[in-house]
Amino acid sequence: MSATLHGKDAVLAEMGQHPAISAVMEKMPDALTDARWDREELTLTIAPEKLVPVAGVIRQAGYNFLEDVTAVDWFPAQEPRFQVSYHLLSHARKERIRLRVMLAASKPEVETITDVWPSANYYEREVFDLFGVHFAGHPNLRRILMPDEWTGHPLRKDYPVEGYR
Amino acid sequence: MSQWTATPILEAPVAEGAKDQTMVLNMGPQHPSTHGVLRLVLEIDGEIVVRLYPEIGYLHTGIEKTCEAKFYHQVVPLTDRIDYLSPMHNNLCYCLAVEKLLELPIPEKAQWMRVLLSELTRLNSHLVWLGTHAMDIGALTVFLYTFREREEILRIFEYVAGQRMMTSYIRIGGLALEPPVDFFDRVQGFIRTFPEKIDEYSNLLTGNPIFMNRLQNVGHLSAEDAIALGVTGPPLRASGVDFDLRRDMPYSGYEKFQFQVPVSQRCDVWGRYEVRLQEMRESTKIIQQALDGMPEGAIKADAPKIVLPDREKMKTQMESLIHHFKIVTEGFTVPSGEVYQGIESSRGQMGYYVVSDGTAKPYRVHMRNPSFASLQALETMCRGRMLADVVAVIGSIDVVLGEIDR
Repeated sequence: MSATLHGKDAVLAEMGQHPAISAVMEKMPDALTDARWDREELTLTIAPEKLVPVAGVIRQAGYNFLEDVTAVDWFPAQEPRFQVSYHLLSHARKERIRLRVMLAASKPEVETITDVWPSANYYEREVFDLFGVHFAGHPNLRRILMPDEWTGHPLRKDYPVEGYR
Repeated sequence: MSQWTATPILEAPVAEGAKDQTMVLNMGPQHPSTHGVLRLVLEIDGEIVVRLYPEIGYLHTGIEKTCEAKFYHQVVPLTDRIDYLSPMHNNLCYCLAVEKLLELPIPEKAQWMRVLLSELTRLNSHLVWLGTHAMDIGALTVFLYTFREREEILRIFEYVAGQRMMTSYIRIGGLALEPPVDFFDRVQGFIRTFPEKIDEYSNLLTGNPIFMNRLQNVGHLSAEDAIALGVTGPPLRASGVDFDLRRDMPYSGYEKFQFQVPVSQRCDVWGRYEVRLQEMRESTKIIQQALDGMPEGAIKADAPKIVLPDREKMKTQMESLIHHFKIVTEGFTVPSGEVYQGIESSRGQMGYYVVSDGTAKPYRVHMRNPSFASLQALETMCRGRMLADVVAVIGSIDVVLGEIDR
């Protein structure tokens, strides 16, 4: 297998048999917008509106453990600005994959996956707190690390490192 | 920019009829058994916990934001300060992630040293856990015993790294320094007597009726709940899930070591106690194997543009001096990409997510910390139980607040 595969077509051609990819391609083929195999890590880019059903499908395919949810702010270089990354682990296959959704600066909102993995509760609160990404349907979307009355979201790239003074 | 309204803490009691019966109790942040500055808002009915709500963030220092303003090698000392009981695990996890981005091979001796130190760190952290956990329950003596052994581990760390707690000894590309000549003898001396010390702790606690009554059948967490709530490490294995990253997704040469992964089917605080105690014995075995088979060779990767040269070379060779100057003043660039590296820390699965945009500073560094995730399971374990059990359950998931808040 090649060391790096860029783009959906290249990954599908070489890794079509991968359980996560084949499950997604079988159940909801139009949800997968991009894919990458790089440094032995598989990244699947999912259309934001289809994230929750895709998460369910991938959980069915054996990726039973949600390890982490976090975000990257690509301001000002890229639009869509926010990338939310989900790291999933399969206890049976001993393997990890990454799902990501890209969200526009004008409406940084994606549906919560707490119904699929309840552990997303804290992770999503952290992303909301530090990046200002809204998770629709989240049971308790409050700031978690910063004080409740704080203004701004510190991990955004337009927030100065030393804070506003 | 807070256009989304937040729900206040415990805005309504659970049941209408219970309105006059329950009260809201604040526990912490300055409470000795919360292991730092953890604040719990508890709704209690008499002595029974109806709801529990952890409030965190008191130690938030924005380490992730700070990392984005530093060169790659300057991030290493920051990682120590996240989980101050297992600094080497944080060093290791960050360095492995950056090395994965750089696709940099690490010499064998450095890998073995990393395993050795990582297991010593696990002993260090478990000793603090055992001492404080027993103290929370009321067994004060054990604390003195465990801190006696921990002191020797800290001295070993000071001997090898020059620092007792904030070691920063594991660096990108290998280790900071060659270990001193009699370092291995000293570790050997410690390991030779350590299994007896574990028996000593076990004698004090395992048959103790008070300790057993406080721990057994308390804080029940099923395997399904543990997985759903993101619990990892000893609490997960005490719920009967046989998963350990050291064995199942090996890193830094762990596949070359023989060790057992302790698993318990008890699903309670006692199970977590047994698993951790057994883990200490297994760590001792791994350290022994590392000492016996320690390979010869370099402790730093052969990458002059990334790894700082030896002091001696820097002072005698012009080229090394230039490399040293360049690394210190302008860092080194890392090819763009994103990686996630997970390791098994003392508390569970730790993960570093590092995103590079091809410059000398990380674009994004995110830490996945086991305590942060495990804290979510606290309510499940405490609901419907006595208030006094909350203290035992907090001890059993072994929270470190520096790691939760970052």
